[in-house]
Amino acid sequence: MTLVLEGASKVVDGEVWIHPTDLTLAKGTMNVLLGPTLSGKTSLMRLMAGLDQPSEGRILWEGEDVTGRRVQDRKVAMVYQQFINYPAMTVYENIASPLRVAGVPKAEIDARVREAAALMKLNERQLTRKPLELSGGQQQRCALARALVKNAGLVLLDEPLANLDYKLREELRAEIPKIFEASGAIFVYATTEPHEALLLGGNTVCLWQGRVSQFGPTPQVYRRPADATTARVFSDPPMNFLAAEKRGDRLHYGAGESVEATGPLAGLPDGPLQLGFRPDHLHIARPVEHALAFHAKVAVTEITGSETFVHLDHGADRWVALVHGVHPLRYGAPAEIYVDPAHVYVFGPDERLIAAASYASAA
Amino acid sequence: MNKTTNHRAWFLVLPVLVLVAFSAVIPLMTVVNYSVQDTFGNNEFFWAGLEWFEDVLSSERIRDAFLRQILFSAIILAIEIPLGIVVAVNMPKKGVWSSVCLILMALPLLIPWNVVGTIWQVFGRVDIGLLGHTLAALGIDYNYTRDVEDAWITVVVMDVWHWTSLVALLCFAGLKSIPDAYYQAAKIDSASRWKVFRYIELPKMQGVLLIAVLLRFMDSFMIYTEPFVVTGGGPGNATTFLSIDLVKMAIGQFDLGPAAAFSIVYFLIILLFSYVFYTVMKTLEKAEGK
Amino acid sequence: MARITLKDLAHSYSPNPQSPSDWQLKPTLNHEWVDGAAYALLGPSGCGKSTLLNIISGLLRPSQGRILFGDTDVTDLPTAARDIAQVFQFPVVYDTMTVYDNLAFPLRNKGADADYVDRRVRAIAAMIGMEDVLKRKARGLTADAKQKISLGRGMVRENVNAILFDEPLTVIDPHMKWELRTQLKALHEEFGHTMIYVTHDQTEALTFADHVVVMSEGEVVQIGTPEELFERPAHTFVGYFIGSPGMNLLPASIDGAMATVEGAQVPLAARYPGGQGLEIGVRPEFTRLVEGEAGLPVEITRIEDVGRHKIIRTRFHDREINVLSPEGAPVPEGARRVVFEPSRVNVYRDGWRIAGEGQA
Repeated sequence: MTLVLEGASKVVDGEVWIHPTDLTLAKGTMNVLLGPTLSGKTSLMRLMAGLDQPSEGRILWEGEDVTGRRVQDRKVAMVYQQFINYPAMTVYENIASPLRVAGVPKAEIDARVREAAALMKLNERQLTRKPLELSGGQQQRCALARALVKNAGLVLLDEPLANLDYKLREELRAEIPKIFEASGAIFVYATTEPHEALLLGGNTVCLWQGRVSQFGPTPQVYRRPADATTARVFSDPPMNFLAAEKRGDRLHYGAGESVEATGPLAGLPDGPLQLGFRPDHLHIARPVEHALAFHAKVAVTEITGSETFVHLDHGADRWVALVHGVHPLRYGAPAEIYVDPAHVYVFGPDERLIAAASYASAA
Repeated sequence: MNKTTNHRAWFLVLPVLVLVAFSAVIPLMTVVNYSVQDTFGNNEFFWAGLEWFEDVLSSERIRDAFLRQILFSAIILAIEIPLGIVVAVNMPKKGVWSSVCLILMALPLLIPWNVVGTIWQVFGRVDIGLLGHTLAALGIDYNYTRDVEDAWITVVVMDVWHWTSLVALLCFAGLKSIPDAYYQAAKIDSASRWKVFRYIELPKMQGVLLIAVLLRFMDSFMIYTEPFVVTGGGPGNATTFLSIDLVKMAIGQFDLGPAAAFSIVYFLIILLFSYVFYTVMKTLEKAEGK
Repeated sequence: MARITLKDLAHSYSPNPQSPSDWQLKPTLNHEWVDGAAYALLGPSGCGKSTLLNIISGLLRPSQGRILFGDTDVTDLPTAARDIAQVFQFPVVYDTMTVYDNLAFPLRNKGADADYVDRRVRAIAAMIGMEDVLKRKARGLTADAKQKISLGRGMVRENVNAILFDEPLTVIDPHMKWELRTQLKALHEEFGHTMIYVTHDQTEALTFADHVVVMSEGEVVQIGTPEELFERPAHTFVGYFIGSPGMNLLPASIDGAMATVEGAQVPLAARYPGGQGLEIGVRPEFTRLVEGEAGLPVEITRIEDVGRHKIIRTRFHDREINVLSPEGAPVPEGARRVVFEPSRVNVYRDGWRIAGEGQA
């Protein structure tokens, strides 16, 4: 079972929603669609599901061209951000409904409903209630169970946890990989949150303005972003950037400032570059002897209890450092900040990755 | 689940097409047929060309009825739309009283046209009607069968009584869709009642108001039963609206040809007006968005 | 600006509440909130945080108790008379007005003169980065932009008693969340308004507030700085709710400075009185997976690489123990035991934290 998109695109009223996209999702994989709002996650899912027809290109399911085939005739299940259930039916009937439509024998329906309910931790009492009498988390469990029970080959989850409380989200997020592993279907999971993509693992499709900027195993996309766009999308808080020019053994930036290109940076070719480093790699204490050092001004500090987000103004750039411990730094205070050259990504003027942070190959 | 795409579905739509043909298309074609022919009975027809249309368009009687009709619709819209909004805005939004109000509002809508006419005809009579009698007792000279103004007032008030609820209910539906947060924000921003109406309620009612205006315009432009029952088009021709005139011509005088031409013109006028209304209001709405 | 005092406060939507669950805010709440501080009300849906916020803003009248701004009793004052600003979960903008008029709206309603309005509106527009679109109608802007307008309207009046935020970043994308939140924080540092921020998101609460008010089932469970909530959660609920993943909790019996969990020994940093209903709680940050024979025997069920650290999920009897391991640190082969940092182990009786001998 594979789902293949061949040059599939979507143009609506002359506006490109999805640029021509090639994508192969293999059987039994978890695929995260990561991108901000309006980046095309939902549009891409609708193409995959057959809810929309691609303007150009083809969609293949198990090698067969299914472009133009209606969603009813494909083995697809979808769960939305809103908790969509049949309000007049009990939770049990809700979960059973796709099976009843398919004409599955009664005894089998019962067994499968109970199996799905158990997986989603819906108890006997909740099965007899109407969805609206349940909490948001339970309603979404019901919707997920209904999607699972279909035994669909393709399960599409469109920000399914976005409307839930933080803690509930955490619980359900931990369960989704488990149900996914049990089902063997292709899962596609849309989210705006890098953290969620990392937790779900599998593969990540990074989307930006209707274009797939990168597709690959999640940790690899995270640690070896193909371009600055991917790095920006797949980093929360956002990745810090510094436009610089390498001349000889120094990196020049800002108004005549420079820093020695140490460690792996020494081998870079001369020319304009963009350096990127994640907030957790920006330190207020020197991490290694040959660390790059910058002068910045503290803008805002946010303390989470065990860590501190230090927002800094470096020239015209706003940087964020995520540092261990509690550091209530004063607004406007000058700060010396450091980054280990092994943690620096280098992008060219065209935003393509020139060199991944050297630590990433080790991790 | 291996369905193929075919055109069998069209067979399911067939009954509807047949029904529409019998109820709308065929009668309409009959009218068109009549409008271009003359007859002296015995099912003998003669080609008359556009003669009837010329007659209708140059008829002073029909032009007067048309102006009366415009005036009537304008008055009705000018009263019912603002009044409906005021009623909707002041209706309780929640609880028992909301339901009570809704039922009360719906009542006039449930009464058939001729019954409404009869009610008001009796209500307004000076000898036995509560309204007419009371006004007479107060020394006001009121008689809708004799006085033109009184007849107009009666017909307008009757229509307002009958149809303002519809506008109010539509507006109420629009108001109900406004989230509480908007009202709370307005309180926090110390907005006056007027500003809440102007900047929150009115914009949210725009869509339903468009529908309300269209419905009320078309309905009032076609009004027949009620004024016919109450005033019979009188005194004189004072409340003879287009439809009353049309019926007089077709059934009273049995001038089928001119009547058919008349109804086609009538139909086109309503179509044109509705289209213009709709387009103008849609453009306004769009312009607001920019 | 004002100190906010909650006096014997309680609220129920039913006229004569019987069972404890009838109370949206359980009797009775007594708190004094410092003038000019940033507070967050944190808790799951239905914990009463929005109820409390609406009582403060005057959209709801409490069934019992009084609420004071400074020394003034405002319990019976309507919202408009309380001089507060509030930003809601979903953007509330006046669609037919321009962005400029939206921002000017609260000022004009208070009868401010045109010069002042113009100055303030331009200042706020600069802060929320919307100077370029001031002339545009608010309708048709994105949710992000609309919520920025809502935030701006909340900040535009200078002399307000408090600014209230009701989950204002729900509809905002993660990247924009950072930007808006730091802007709020900067504005707070600059103008020193009393701010109250309701959220279910711990990151938002902890990063925004000086004092976090953790609520559960209509009660305030703990008020503390982010550091206190992290290091010494007063209740197991706080331990679970704050932190991601939350605190590891294990039922234990205690003898002096030694806890016993399912037969395994866990050393503590202080002596505790023994008894029934005891639990120990340790954050995953202070839990380590080690080789050897010391510690609790566990089975690794799943390792999640979340970038800057790994979450190692393990099973100990029928409980889950989570371990955080920093980026780049390899998970030792054959490590099947977890150990806790003794000084980071908290002890709970019936859900509430108890102090060891000589501890605070």
